[in-house]
Amino acid sequence: MTYIAKPKFRHPSLPTNALGFTRRDYEGTVSTLCAGCGHDSISAAIIQACFELSLPPHRIAKLSGIGCSSKTPTYFLGASHGFNSVHGRMPSVLTGANLANRELVYLGVSGDGDSASIGLGQFAHAIRRGVNMLYIVENNGVYGLTKGQFSATSDRGSKSKKGVVNTDEPIDLVGMALQLGATFVGRSFSGDKAQLVPLIKAGLLHGGAAFIDCISPCVAFNNHEGSTRSFDYVRAHNEAVNRLDVIPARAEITADYAPGETVDVRQHDGSVIRLKKVAADYDTSDRVGALTYLQRRQEAGEIVTGLLYLDEEPVDLHQSLKTAEKPLNALSDAELCPGAGELAKFNASLR
Amino acid sequence: MKPTDIAAPDYFHKVVDCQWACPAHTPVPEYIRLIAGKRFADAYMVNWKSNVFPGVLGRTCDRPCEPACRRGRVEAEPVAICRLKRVAADNKGDVGGRMPAPAPRNGKRVAVIGAGPASLTVARDLLATGYHVTIFEQDPFAGGMIRTQIPRFRLPESVIDEEVGYILALEPELRLGKRVDSLKAVLDEGFDAVFVGCGAPRGRELDVPGRQEAAANIHIGIEWLASVSFGHTTSVGKRVIVLGGGNTAMDCCRSSRRLGGAEVTVVVRSGFEEMKASPWEKEDAMHEGIPIRNFLVPKEVLHDKGKLTGMRFTKVKPEFDAKGRRNLVPTGEADVDIPCDDVLVAIGQENSFPWIERDIGLEFDKWGMPVVDPKTMRSTNPKVFFGGDAAFGPKNIIWAVAHGHEAAVSIDRMCHGLDPAQRPAPGTSLVSQKMGIHEWSYDNDIAADKRHKVPQRDPEETLKDIRVEVELGYDDMLAYKEAERCLNCDVQTVFSAKLCIECDACVDICPMDCITFTADAPEDELRANLMAPAKNASQDIYVANGLKTGRIMAKDEDVCLHCGLCAERCPTGAWDMRKFLLEMTHAGHACRKG
Repeated sequence: MTYIAKPKFRHPSLPTNALGFTRRDYEGTVSTLCAGCGHDSISAAIIQACFELSLPPHRIAKLSGIGCSSKTPTYFLGASHGFNSVHGRMPSVLTGANLANRELVYLGVSGDGDSASIGLGQFAHAIRRGVNMLYIVENNGVYGLTKGQFSATSDRGSKSKKGVVNTDEPIDLVGMALQLGATFVGRSFSGDKAQLVPLIKAGLLHGGAAFIDCISPCVAFNNHEGSTRSFDYVRAHNEAVNRLDVIPARAEITADYAPGETVDVRQHDGSVIRLKKVAADYDTSDRVGALTYLQRRQEAGEIVTGLLYLDEEPVDLHQSLKTAEKPLNALSDAELCPGAGELAKFNASLR
Repeated sequence: MKPTDIAAPDYFHKVVDCQWACPAHTPVPEYIRLIAGKRFADAYMVNWKSNVFPGVLGRTCDRPCEPACRRGRVEAEPVAICRLKRVAADNKGDVGGRMPAPAPRNGKRVAVIGAGPASLTVARDLLATGYHVTIFEQDPFAGGMIRTQIPRFRLPESVIDEEVGYILALEPELRLGKRVDSLKAVLDEGFDAVFVGCGAPRGRELDVPGRQEAAANIHIGIEWLASVSFGHTTSVGKRVIVLGGGNTAMDCCRSSRRLGGAEVTVVVRSGFEEMKASPWEKEDAMHEGIPIRNFLVPKEVLHDKGKLTGMRFTKVKPEFDAKGRRNLVPTGEADVDIPCDDVLVAIGQENSFPWIERDIGLEFDKWGMPVVDPKTMRSTNPKVFFGGDAAFGPKNIIWAVAHGHEAAVSIDRMCHGLDPAQRPAPGTSLVSQKMGIHEWSYDNDIAADKRHKVPQRDPEETLKDIRVEVELGYDDMLAYKEAERCLNCDVQTVFSAKLCIECDACVDICPMDCITFTADAPEDELRANLMAPAKNASQDIYVANGLKTGRIMAKDEDVCLHCGLCAERCPTGAWDMRKFLLEMTHAGHACRKG
């Protein structure tokens, strides 16, 4: 970790966003993670994404569980709401918070231990319920805080720092998210902000359960020869299916690509995701096709990244449950307590 | 873009903006750290070696370092480098034991003409390495303009005596109180080399009607200041007009306030902003109740049968021609009359060399200035060297010192049969400052303090006596706080591409967005596409290649805080903080290599 606080001085030509904030205004306190941790790059990407979207920091809620990844919300969005839950229980707390106040932007930050081991069930159910959130797993394939044991996402055959070979099958969180009905699924790499930042932006704007599996090398325990999560390995095996730009609602859409090279996908809030295709035959609207493609490429030893699946018309938990339009804290006494007559009517409807 | 050669001495030297801007290239951050550590004597000696007159310069320097200071680009105002230098001088204690002893003579004889800062620098450098140096000076004291032109309320005599004394202790031969009338005569004495450091001794004249008639109360600024300095002039009229906008004018007006001038007015031809005086000197003058009136051109001296009564000025305004040159044209408004009892003319200084024969192989240009090589300070007569104001016209003390060092190197090389045109390389070192994990030998926590004001004595007290120094100097605590504002720009960020794993940790932590990993491109393109665009073209981009992904590392040096966070967050030690120390090579053994 670093002992000194990051100086407040900033570059004189640092741009400001629509709210008048610079990127620095979206930072948190200085990271206490190991130097070079991939998670810090993901934090920087989240900061950049929120800055570029001009999100008011006080309208964002960041929730996490336990682990290196779950420590990171301290290091970004210092002026946002935050909740550090019990290990693996972030999805439940997030679901509850979202039900109480649907007007905030929900960002769940978790790791492979927090989501694929102790919190696997929580992860699964939050996704299948369609909670409107962006769920990011900072996936380093190792238990860093306990000094380097394999995690549930470590690849079979990969080697630990001490030379032990992993014999267990990995849990593929992207595959699970697709199967469980996530309406936005992506995978990226902490070492590729050009891909990661727009993916986070698109996920934050998405109106349903958005999931990003972000590979994040652990420099202390999983960045060696034989690891499948090292900077070198991921760079060598990274196969992006697409690159994207996110054009917020109301912004002018300019075409600077030849037709056929890009596909524009309009999201519910009016924003447009412009996909630059890398794999020509990849279709982000085909869920089953995505599952098949991913497994084929995985078999070939490739790590597929990019926006993997997108449902343009997601249905979120509030729509399914037909909840009140307003957040609970904005409902008046009269709305919350409509009186004995209404209660009697309601009871009668159930008889 | 071409990868940066960090082994070239100039590269990191340029990053240390203050040192690069200083004509003498004093290692500024080095001595500021020593001041912060209360090692005042050490800080003084770093200065003394480089600029010879730390106590004098700590009060009077023109401070080219301060406008260059990186702090000014990062925050609002530069570090008060000059006044920190004074702190070292004021608190050093006895440094007599650290001064060089008179060296055994090497048999070579050098004459220096004038005993001002340039000449004394030549004398010090050469005496310490064994030359017999003879100093010629018209005044009965050594010190030159430091002693005659800078008023005592800015620079106490004791400081001059001490610092001139360190040089006189090296036992030069002194020929004081006698003006040199012939350079030929000096050369005929058989000196191996002659250095001319006689300054720009003539004040420019005012040429308007009435000047001659009212001459009794019209004085040339530098002559008047010298007369005040030597105690010949002890009073001035109640109402004084000072003509001119340079530092001499500021000294004249402030001196007048102390010698009985109750209504002192500075009048300048140009605009207030274009005045030559340093901003802080203008500020100090105005602080003492002296108005500065601009865009007024002297038209006439008003007098009553030779008795000065005032001056008449034409009002002008600036107009720019097609080539962007400024002309002052009359506004057509009524002339302005300012009544006064004395006029001080401080509108410039000129060189004058009536004592140099034109037939001794020493060429002069069409402006009457000697032809001098700016690198070697050598004239067209191979034995004669120039420096200070005598070389290229009026500049300031620190330039004079820098000229002196260069001339001494030239003389030393020439006297050893070496070509003075070949200049010795500076001495440099680059040493890691890492002491442990996240522990550096310098304080890398950036202080947010704004520039601290130097405490001054009450004007009630200072305006009464011209010998009372106005500035009190920083006390220990203020000095420490001001020293902590220094960004330690000499502690360089050094990058080793072969260790880098491209994890982006440095990019993410850098508070100033200095670092970018990107595809190589020509410089213009690269500058526009960094994390933050590098618009300051005077600052270099540090480029390194050899990364695994084939990208380059590009670091904009412009606003780097040298906080070392890149090195702290680097998991592989690809970034290291290394102190770059550059010391100019002065006369002596080191300058004779090659």
